[in-house]
Amino acid sequence: MIINHPILGPRDSAEFTYLGDAAMIDRPDPDTASPQDWHDYAYLRDNPAGTHRELWWHEGGDRSWLVITRNTLTHEISKVEIARDVARKMGRSK
Amino acid sequence: MHSLTPITALGGTAPRVDQVAGVTCTEITDLALASVAARLGKEKACAKALKAVLKAAPPDAGKALLAQPFSAVWMGPDQWMIGADFATHEDLAEQVKATLKDAASVTEQTDAWCGFDLAGDDVRPVMELLCNVNIRAMTGGDATRTSIHHLGCFVICGDPQSFIRILGPRASAGSLHHAITTAMASAL
Repeated sequence: MIINHPILGPRDSAEFTYLGDAAMIDRPDPDTASPQDWHDYAYLRDNPAGTHRELWWHEGGDRSWLVITRNTLTHEISKVEIARDVARKMGRSK
Repeated sequence: MHSLTPITALGGTAPRVDQVAGVTCTEITDLALASVAARLGKEKACAKALKAVLKAAPPDAGKALLAQPFSAVWMGPDQWMIGADFATHEDLAEQVKATLKDAASVTEQTDAWCGFDLAGDDVRPVMELLCNVNIRAMTGGDATRTSIHHLGCFVICGDPQSFIRILGPRASAGSLHHAITTAMASAL
């Protein structure tokens, strides 16, 4: 499987490690979150048969975190983004 | 006074040199390293100050600046590894920090890495066995980080056919050296 790194171009998937659902970027605000929010954030994940956004780490490469949109049925990768850019678009790390 | 004997990454008193056919693998012992990471919101100031240090624009993604006295390799967005001659720049991190000030975090890296220079008639078959990098698509001044023998290594291309520099984790210098010499013996 080839992952088309947005900066470095196509790289072998063996260079990457998988973390999980990209929803982890969207951490609840510690000042306002309820215990239920934390429970949902820590334990609840969707398990879609189809398009899934997930976090991958380019461990054997430039060590960037990526948000990869992958079809869990076909393994087709439709989008690869730098996780930093995704998080900033969501208003994080400003 | 202590009487200490400096040793190389492979534990010798002189750089290790291995030769197979027309290719030599030489341990690098004279390289000082420091990493530069721009601080949040100061990316432009960092790039500008780094340009003053390097006397050239910091390298873009997948590129290296092969120059004297300072060389540089792109590591990630707004991150670079700076290299210089150890004899004159043992305190490289301090020297770079003096110019970059609070625009970047500068970290001493000299003893975190070991390095090997592959040079000779044709190093490409060796690199093809060692890693995923498409060595035949590289040109002089290209640099990338990849896995060699399960170790995260920098591959810096001086000339894709005749000169490649590999930087890898110093604690695994023996394993990296083993991987390189094994590949040389197989490919050449």
